[in-house]
Formats: sequence, C-alpha cells, structure tokens
Amino acid sequence: MNSLRIEEHPVLSFERGEKITFFFNGREIDAYPNETIAAALHASGVRKLGESPVLHRPRGLFCAIGNCSSCFMIVDNQPNMRVCVMKVKSGMHVEEQKGKGELELIVEN
Amino acid sequence: MIKNVEIMVIGGGPAGLCAALSASDLGVGISAPDLGVGISAPDLGVGISAPDLGVGVLLVERDDVAGGQLVKQTHKFFGSEKQYAGDRGIHIGQMLVEKAQADSNIEIWTDSTVLGIYEDGVVTVLHEDKHIKVKPERIIIATGAAEKFLAFPGNDLPGIYGAGAVQTLMNVAGVKPAERVLMVGAGNIGLIVSYQLKQAGIDVVAVIEGQPKIGGYLVHASKIRRAGIPVLTRHTILEAYGNGRVEGALITEIDESWLPIPGTERKIVCDTICLAVGLSPLTELAWQAGCEMGFIRELSGHVPIFDENLETTCPGIYCAGDVCGIEEASSAMVEGRLAGINAAASLGYGVSEAEKFRKDAMIELEELRSGDMGGHIRVGLEKMYARCKK
Ligand SMILES: Cc1cc2nc3c(=O)[nH]c(=O)nc-3n(C[C@H](O)[C@H](O)[C@H](O)COP(=O)(O)OP(=O)(O)OC[C@H]3O[C@@H](n4cnc5c(N)ncnc54)[C@H](O)[C@@H]3O)c2cc1C
Repeated sequence: MNSLRIEEHPVLSFERGEKITFFFNGREIDAYPNETIAAALHASGVRKLGESPVLHRPRGLFCAIGNCSSCFMIVDNQPNMRVCVMKVKSGMHVEEQKGKGELELIVEN
Repeated sequence: MIKNVEIMVIGGGPAGLCAALSASDLGVGISAPDLGVGISAPDLGVGISAPDLGVGVLLVERDDVAGGQLVKQTHKFFGSEKQYAGDRGIHIGQMLVEKAQADSNIEIWTDSTVLGIYEDGVVTVLHEDKHIKVKPERIIIATGAAEKFLAFPGNDLPGIYGAGAVQTLMNVAGVKPAERVLMVGAGNIGLIVSYQLKQAGIDVVAVIEGQPKIGGYLVHASKIRRAGIPVLTRHTILEAYGNGRVEGALITEIDESWLPIPGTERKIVCDTICLAVGLSPLTELAWQAGCEMGFIRELSGHVPIFDENLETTCPGIYCAGDVCGIEEASSAMVEGRLAGINAAASLGYGVSEAEKFRKDAMIELEELRSGDMGGHIRVGLEKMYARCKK
C-alpha cells in the first residue's frame, strides 16, 4: 500500500532513508526510520490503534503531539505508549491496546 | 542528583526558542560554572563531571525535534519582516532551532517531558527514560496549546483528527492521512490545512463553519475557493457514522442561535473528519505550580494571570506564547523574547540593555496586535492587566 505515502509535493520533499520492518499485531509492516509508529501504521492503512476500556469502541489517533492519550498502544510489551510521538524501530512489536493495559514492573538495582 | 540551571524554558516552539535565545544574548550562562558554588560535592554524587554543575539556559521539548507547531507549517507567514513574514513556517522553525543549537549557553533536551514544578523549586523531567530533577532559578513556561474537541455522537471513531494531527501526518511524515476529508472550522487553521490537504493530493469535500462568515484571513479563504472547495457557513456537524471507522458525517444548517434547522440535514461521504475548532492553552504545569489562573475568553480559556513582564503570580515563573493566550507564531516569538529578557534581567544580566530590548519588544507586540484580527487579544489583555493589578 505504498500509495498512502506522498511522493510528489509542491513544497516538501521527503527523504525517508532505508526501509525497515516492524510487527503490528504479529503482522510484518514496512516503515522508515525517523517516522513515528502512528505514521508508519497510517501509511499501511491502519487507523484503529486500540479499544476503549468499557465499551470496546475502536480508538484512533487524535492530536499527534503526545497530549491526548487516544493513541495508546502496547509496544514491546509496554502498554500506554504514545505512538504518535514514539519512533518506530526495526523489529519492534506493536499491538492494539484493549483497555488500560497492565504495567510491567521494572525493578532497577 | 539535581541539575542546576539559571533559566529553564519549558517547550521548544517559537516562544520557547526565542526566550532561550534572548536570555543567552543578555549573557545568561556565561558565568554558569559558578553556579556550582554552594553545592557540596557529596550532594552531587560520585562521577558527576564539572559541566553538569550548572548550565545557563536549559530548553526542554517533549517532541523529538524542537520547533513546536512550526515544524508542520508549509505556508508563508504574515506579520512584519522582523518576525520573518513571507518565510514559510518550517523554515522559521529550522532557523531558530539551528541558532539555539549553535549557542553554547543553551542546552537543549528533546524527547523530554516536564512532569511537575514543585514548592521547593524543583522541576521534574522525563529525559532519556529517566526521572530527572532540575533546580532552575527562573522558569519560562512556553508549552503552547492543544486542539479543542467537539461533542457529537460518533466523535470517537478512528478517522476523526485534530487539524494539527493531519498536518503532522502529511507534512512531517509524508503520509496521506485520508482520501476524502470533511473539515470542521473555517478559521485560519481550517483553511490552511484544507489547502495543504489539496497540495498532498487529498480530496476535501467541504469546509463547514458555524459562524455566518469565514473567520480566517481572506488570502487563505481565496485559495480555498480557487481550489474549488466549498465553504459552508452557518453549518455544523450533527454526527459521525461508520462501522469501526468514519464512513461519513451528518451535517446541518443552523440558525442565529446555533440551533439546527430541521429539514436541512445532509449526509457527507468521507473517511476523515478534521476538527479545526480552536486551540486551548496547555496550562497544566501552570495550574500545578500554583499560579493563579483566570478564565479569559478572548485569550482562549483558562490562562495563568501574568503582568506586563509576563511573570505569573508565582515569582520567577514566566509564561510566553500560546500558553498564555492563543495568538500567532509572530507574537509568540516576541513574547518569548520578552520573557527571556525579563527573566535574565531579574537575575542581574544585561541590566543596562534590558530596558531598551524590553521596550522594542513591547512596541513590536503592539504593532502585531493593532489590526482588526488583534482586537480580541487587546480586549483579553486589558482584562488580564485589570485582574493582575488586584
Ligand atoms: C495550521 C496552523 C497555521 C498557522 N499559521 C500561522 C501563521 O501563518 N502565522 C503565524 O504567526 N502563526 C500561525 N500559526 C500559529 C502558530 O503556529 C502558534 O501560535 C505558535 O506555534 C505558538 O508558539 P508556542 O511556542 O507558544 O507554542 P508551540 O509552537 O505549540 O510550542 C510548544 C511546545 O511545547 C512543547 N511542550 C508542551 N508541553 C511540554 C512539556 N510538559 N514538556 C516539554 N515540552 C512541552 C510542545 O511539544 C511544543 O513543541 C498557525 C498554527 C497552525 C496550527
């Protein structure tokens, strides 16, 4: 679904670099370094990022500046990640978050 | 370990960048290493190198690049030459960021979120996945604003975005966020983003606006007209529909009291609804710090109460830009500069030049706000100063 990437633009040019891949709900998806997880998902036509806690209504992106919490997803087992500002990395596992998600306790010594 | 800084700027948009630059211009940071005096080495822990003892200006930005709203604005700006009018927003942002990066008195932390401002003057920051404490002598809050939401059935469906989000997807990431868009709001943002959607090859079905006339500048409105996008004034959205995602919207005409006129409803088929219905100042940190807050409609809602120096009711905490009243990048830059000058001067830097710089900035702000479009800001500020004197 490369057509969702803007190739020609009257003002901007996009230097994307080498293609990488990551996993969304177990499915391998193309991305470019330096883009956010939300941008990479949108480029693949994915707009549903999770489900609301009680009514399980689908949730998508809203503010894209790390402010509104609508885009919370599970990234490499960590819930509540703001994928609108978090950069995609090669091999990363991103999953839809259903509800509030459970925090993994990290104990540092 | 606590990091000592003279001036901490929260937010790296045009206001924050200009605040950092002007404070540095007045000399903040040049004597920074002295700041370590009075802190005994054991307090700092082992292995802390000397440069960590203190820094002149620390600018903290939540995003991975500084620039604030400017990073996605591909259109040319208005204003006077002093505020780089005629240049595109993205270029102004880049220029300010490069200047700040080249300035050795300014340390920039990106990907870092300020979490809280506490009674003892400590500010906590999430920086490189660590919780860090900073002790600044002065704070400038320049956190900008966030897009407003609208209440209507179906407003939580994927495919309903703030106009800024759509701008970020297409202008920063180069990703088409939509095929067919309904834009809600014909202020400058709604008009500009509609035009930018067109530039990215995306269809804008219509721009709807509740007011009887278009709120944005005529130039932007004309561009929209030329692009063949209908602007429907006195219209609002009743609901969004779709199965798991936006498939369309129900819109209606409204009367003078904003009530739907029965029989005028119609369906718009679209996969995206973009809300451009104004911004709210991001004031959480000001609230939390204990600044006195006031609701001033003309400044777009709750804002910290501030004086002519942009100092809030918490001594040593200043504010600048959209966070203390939604305006424009041009005025945000000048306000930032003013806050930077005042914070630096209050620490004893450049006192002899400060007065002149301060006057220049005040005059520039007055010029920027002198036109028709500045009317509500003038009223808002009058209310602000009246409250502040009390
Ligand atoms: C579509 C559009 C078109 C516009 N066109 C024009 C125009 O033509 N001319 C013009 O003059 N103006 C224009 N503006 C307005 C202008 O962009 C804003 O007024 C200006 O960016 C405000 O600057 P600021 O520095 O106050 O806030 P912002 O630019 O919003 O920057 C605030 C920064 O603070 C950061 N931040 C927030 N909270 C925290 C925290 N807790 N910790 C760390 N960082 C934080 C944010 O990530 C952000 O980068 C336009 C705006 C939009 C959306």
